[in-house]
Amino acid sequence: NTISKSNSCIVHFLISFSPSRNEDLKEMLESNKESLKLEAMKRVVGLIAKGKNASELFPAVVKNVASKNIELKKLVYVYLVRYAEEQQDLALLSISTFQRALKDPNQLIRASALRVLSSIRVPIIVPIMMLAIKEAASDMSPYVRKTSAHAIQKLYSLDQDQKELLIEVIEKLLKDKSTLVAGSVVMAFEEVCPDRIDLIHKNYRKLCNLLVDVEEWGQVVIISMLTRYARTQFTSPWKEDGVFDEHNERAFYESDEEKTRDETEAKPYMMDPDHRLLLRNTKPLLQSRNTAVVMSVAQLYWHLAPKNEVSIVTKSLVRLLRSHREVQYIVLQNIATMSIQRKGMFEPYMKSFYVRSTDATHIKSLKLEILTSLANEANISTILREFQTYVKSQDKQFAAGTIQAIGRCATNISEVTDTCLNGLVLLLSNRDETVVAESVVVIRKLLQIQPTQHSDIIKHMAKLFDNITVPMARASILWLMGEYCERVPKIAPDVLRKMAKSFTSEEDIVKLQTVNLAAKLYLTNSKQTKLLTQYILNLGKYDQNYDIRDRTRFIRQLIVPNDKNGALSKYAHRILLAPKPAPVLESAYKDRDRYQLGTLSHTINTKASGYLELSDWPAVAPDQSVRNVEVIEPVKEWAPSLGKTVKSKPAKSSDDKFYSDSGEEEEKGSGSSSSEDGSSSSSSEGVLHILQNERVCPESGSDAESHVQKNSSQTSEESDKSSSQSEKSSSESDSEKKERKTKTPLQKKTVKPTSWTYVTKQQHTKTIFVNVINQHSVLQTFSYSHWSTLCVSLFTQLCPLSLAFPLQLSGPAFVPEKSHDLLHRMTGKGLSAQYQFPRQPCLYQPTMVSVQISLTNTTDHPLEQIHIGDRSPTGLNIHCFNTIECLEPEASVTVFMGIDFNDSTQAANFQLCTKEDHFSVSIQPAIGELLLPITMTELDFRKEQGKLLGMNESSATITMAAENMTSQPISRPVATVANLGMVPSSQDNVHRFAGKTANSGAVVLVTVELRGESTALITINTEKSVMGSMLLRDLKLALAQA
Amino acid sequence: MINSLFLINPSGEIFLEKHWKSVVSRSVCDYFLEAKEKALEPEDVPPVIHTPHHYLISIYRDKLFFLSVIQTEVPPLFVIEFLHRVAEMIQDYFGECSETVVKDHMVMVYELLEEMLDNGFPLATESNVLKEMIRPPTILRSVVNTLTGTSNVGDTLLTGQLSTIPWRRAGVRYTNNEAYFDVVEEIDAILDQSGTTVFAEIQGVVEACVKLSGMPDLTLSFMNPRLLDDVSFHPCVRYKLWESERVLSFIPPDGNFTLMTYHVNAQNLVAIPVYVKQSISFFECGSDGRLDVTVGPKQTMGKTVEGVMVTVHLPKTILSINLTATQGSYTYDNGTKVTTLWDIGKLNPQKLPNLRGSLSLQAGAPKPEENPSLNIDLKIQQLAISGLKVNRLDMFGEKYKPFKGVKYITKAGKFQVRT
Repeated sequence: NTISKSNSCIVHFLISFSPSRNEDLKEMLESNKESLKLEAMKRVVGLIAKGKNASELFPAVVKNVASKNIELKKLVYVYLVRYAEEQQDLALLSISTFQRALKDPNQLIRASALRVLSSIRVPIIVPIMMLAIKEAASDMSPYVRKTSAHAIQKLYSLDQDQKELLIEVIEKLLKDKSTLVAGSVVMAFEEVCPDRIDLIHKNYRKLCNLLVDVEEWGQVVIISMLTRYARTQFTSPWKEDGVFDEHNERAFYESDEEKTRDETEAKPYMMDPDHRLLLRNTKPLLQSRNTAVVMSVAQLYWHLAPKNEVSIVTKSLVRLLRSHREVQYIVLQNIATMSIQRKGMFEPYMKSFYVRSTDATHIKSLKLEILTSLANEANISTILREFQTYVKSQDKQFAAGTIQAIGRCATNISEVTDTCLNGLVLLLSNRDETVVAESVVVIRKLLQIQPTQHSDIIKHMAKLFDNITVPMARASILWLMGEYCERVPKIAPDVLRKMAKSFTSEEDIVKLQTVNLAAKLYLTNSKQTKLLTQYILNLGKYDQNYDIRDRTRFIRQLIVPNDKNGALSKYAHRILLAPKPAPVLESAYKDRDRYQLGTLSHTINTKASGYLELSDWPAVAPDQSVRNVEVIEPVKEWAPSLGKTVKSKPAKSSDDKFYSDSGEEEEKGSGSSSSEDGSSSSSSEGVLHILQNERVCPESGSDAESHVQKNSSQTSEESDKSSSQSEKSSSESDSEKKERKTKTPLQKKTVKPTSWTYVTKQQHTKTIFVNVINQHSVLQTFSYSHWSTLCVSLFTQLCPLSLAFPLQLSGPAFVPEKSHDLLHRMTGKGLSAQYQFPRQPCLYQPTMVSVQISLTNTTDHPLEQIHIGDRSPTGLNIHCFNTIECLEPEASVTVFMGIDFNDSTQAANFQLCTKEDHFSVSIQPAIGELLLPITMTELDFRKEQGKLLGMNESSATITMAAENMTSQPISRPVATVANLGMVPSSQDNVHRFAGKTANSGAVVLVTVELRGESTALITINTEKSVMGSMLLRDLKLALAQA
Repeated sequence: MINSLFLINPSGEIFLEKHWKSVVSRSVCDYFLEAKEKALEPEDVPPVIHTPHHYLISIYRDKLFFLSVIQTEVPPLFVIEFLHRVAEMIQDYFGECSETVVKDHMVMVYELLEEMLDNGFPLATESNVLKEMIRPPTILRSVVNTLTGTSNVGDTLLTGQLSTIPWRRAGVRYTNNEAYFDVVEEIDAILDQSGTTVFAEIQGVVEACVKLSGMPDLTLSFMNPRLLDDVSFHPCVRYKLWESERVLSFIPPDGNFTLMTYHVNAQNLVAIPVYVKQSISFFECGSDGRLDVTVGPKQTMGKTVEGVMVTVHLPKTILSINLTATQGSYTYDNGTKVTTLWDIGKLNPQKLPNLRGSLSLQAGAPKPEENPSLNIDLKIQQLAISGLKVNRLDMFGEKYKPFKGVKYITKAGKFQVRT
């Protein structure tokens, strides 16, 4: 043994020197010792980090994927994500581990499994990923839902064909109210379907309100998305005439009085309240420590805010200039673009753009750019003084830039043109060549603009000519001589003479200009220059550069008359000495505003891939009501998926929820504002509350709500009244009364069209259904038995018509009589309430679970107006019973309501209100009550079961009492626990039950297989794995004890 | 969003790479290295480079290049801000951000990067959350780890990411509960030759070190909040309350953090604590020049000015210098930039420090056009130059009595004297 060990040591030693050094790592990975494995993995990850190839270790590494050691596991994940793409077949070995982890009760493990699973870029697992994403999107934990939003993008980049399915998930996640999810899902939206603006409508207000509480990176993404959204949905807040009208801007700066006058003149523009909401809610983010957030708010204001409000971003942008150099660079670029259009914004901060000698070159030139843009009559002298310092800079490139900037100032502000020109002429005697050359070039441009008075400058430059060696500058002087040769008739021929002497040793660009000068002089002063010109043309004819030879040939033909080309030479004068338009000196940032500010495209000044255009304002605003969450959307499915009626009430003004706690509070706080009173408790309490209340938001089904409003107008009036009452009380604690008030009427207004849209948009069959339900108030007076039979018959009639019910619903196999206390008469001040689950398909909406409530008045006076008040979580979808006007003493009444539990056992909390009081109550359903029985054949059952294997299956073996071993006693406890339908079975020892979940309609299949003496195997197949495991637990309990 | 990250040292060696999406070959860095060759100084490398298939966004910090590869449109600041967070995170974890430190903790840095982004989108950037997942190394722990074989990876399930206050972890316990606030103000100024102020402003920052148990809710108020012109806050600060009452109300993160930064609106009426008398001249004919710099206190509000340092950026044509300082010492660096650093120390009003001597230029070099500029560094303890004062700190939500402390410091920021 020892010998072999020492042998292996030697082998080990040798291997480490052989070319494939990774052998030793492989050995360590395959060892039994955790510490060795860990050490090996660390070295492997070290290799990856250094960019070395470690792919050959894949088989050895992947074996450790199920390790118990968390650190080892994490490292293996890191490795997997890096190499799975290259080793697809082997990567598949790890998949089952993740699938298992996806069902883990711990949310963090679920999330990390999904994260790694979705990061493995192997096309073959696309269906598994899709399934996992769908599952995670309705997970209880917002963290898992966030991870699923990230996974959406990954899957999309892996397989674009999944787009449609992914959009559905995005749509679902967009409705999520957790701040954790918002940023990530919007990111997914931007990546997958940025053009599906329609998905945003319903979530617009929610996103605006959540914005402050979203983490900073999410804020950036959401703001940029909302910018695009707003540009398609609102009308321009800018004045008609001239998008960037200096006058308007001045008016803002000068006096309020003028401003108001401006406003009255303009045709009445009413800003959409939603537009205002966005502006108001983004403003606090200007104070963010994250520069990207500040910049994104700044661009939002730039693109969306009325002209006179844009300047509130100035201060914050200037603040960013104190940040890192790279941040400065980007911010300065954006300021450069902004300052061209609106000088006024940055003028007060001019000094912040003064250049320091320690600034990086690109920062310097940007600051110069901005200073130039800011220059006006008032501040030009300050700026020029500052420029004088810059011209002396050791950084000659920067000095040259300054000279160009001076040139621009000179052209833009006519008052200082002469001063600038004189200053530039002084610079001609500078010792540095680049400075002189640049000055010459700029002077040439300036002279071209007003050539009349400046022959002395031209003369001066002619004198300098001998000393200047920079080709561009020499060429410029030659061009000036030629262009204005008539102003310097004596000097120009002399310059030409000098050039003739040195022609051969000049740079190409100078030679070209020499030929030009010669030609022009030949035309104007041929007596003196004819011979010189011919000499130069001869030299040019044999030049090495073809460009020059070409030009020479052309000029000769043009100006020297001969027989063949008389036609053209007639026009030589007009061709060569045509008046030339002065060059326009303008900013390099002139046209950058075609890109949205703050984008990569703006920075690189070309369209980056994936850049989304900002559309122009629509002339007429699209329908505003699409953002009202009350409105029912027409959808293909049977269950209209629609907004959360109640939660949409912009109950609390967004501003007072800057702080996370209160923000979350609103999120779960039930719709009408009265619950707010209670929940504006201390913040820590709020946090606790949220943690308990983490649940998937119900996504469908408040149309029932609208029926109530339609059917009994009284009810809606009533609830309106109560909500406004509660509003009054809560507004005392709320500083923002005003905003509240502006919102309430808006919300009321939207109530009416609701039911309308519903009826019109439903298909014909559904309309019938609705009409039937409309008589619901009549139905309520029926006795319970009547009504339940009616329900079932209605359903069985309607089911074949609807598409969403491929599975036949059946009546309940067993209705447990057990009722639960909802409100004890002691706590209810005499009103007692009990509830039970009648196990009937809910009439109001198929996704709801119907609940039967018996109310009893144990007091000695009648109770009036019993109805349902606020509910939580906000999104909770309840179909309330109609208000009971009066409940006599000792009388009791049975009412029905529908609750969408959204396939979770999360309690539904709501308030039971009487005229004087309200009591918070909650209904917690057992898992089995969330199901509806379905009938199917054994064959169908098997087929369905075949689709739901693997991670969708959970099973357990239990020991049962002997008397339970026959068929009847088994179906009994099963049916008591869960509302499932029996499936006829051909085998005696196998019992099958089928059902579907109320909300999502996912099939739930239960098999109880009796084995031998007293053991039984319970198998549950459902894609809702969480429900599956919960149901399994309940069944185990029921069958074992029975 | 962010596809890959490369860490590159100043000599152009790529010593770490991390990919969050498909692997991008490191040859993409060649575009960057090319740009780097062209630039005179590392600072001059353009932060955004456009290559045929990718966009490269880089930062230069602590003598390291952080280069990220982008494939589609993304706000450049988003990336830049994130890269700086990475650098800060390394600094936070290992005490400094340098090539050696990263190389020593390669695996941990890699794991951190893995946690910070998911598919290129930031997932956990709060240091509090990260530290719960991956514990920073300490000497003690590394000894323990080698002995016991335990790891730095947190095995408890983190809660920070899930809470609504992601910046604070739950269950913090201290035996000594203390909260310290440093009000640090920096003077940014440009003075011209004659000593008049061309431009001056005060930037302030309130750094906090809070070690309090439980979930304390703090309120910090100032005597004169009107001074503050523009502010930015740590996400923990309740903006609403600042707007209405001008107090900072927050549940603090645990440990060190920047509570707020501010700008003081002083309209150039900033008290400049020192004056500089300088004369730097080059003789027209000979390749020679003279330098004479004196620093003295000006408006110091009765405090001593400490840590005074003068950096002179000399023209490149300087060959050698021969100076004498009456106080402190000077060093001379003849690298890419010719600078002289004169470390004075404490400023004594009775005996003003002076640096004088001769400069010799390279033979035949022309007289420099521009005179060198001076950068001043200084420090004044126990003084906020703007006059800002903290009024009081109240704590709610917890029972114990914390120990509180406030410290003021004034420093020179970008303080430049033109000559």
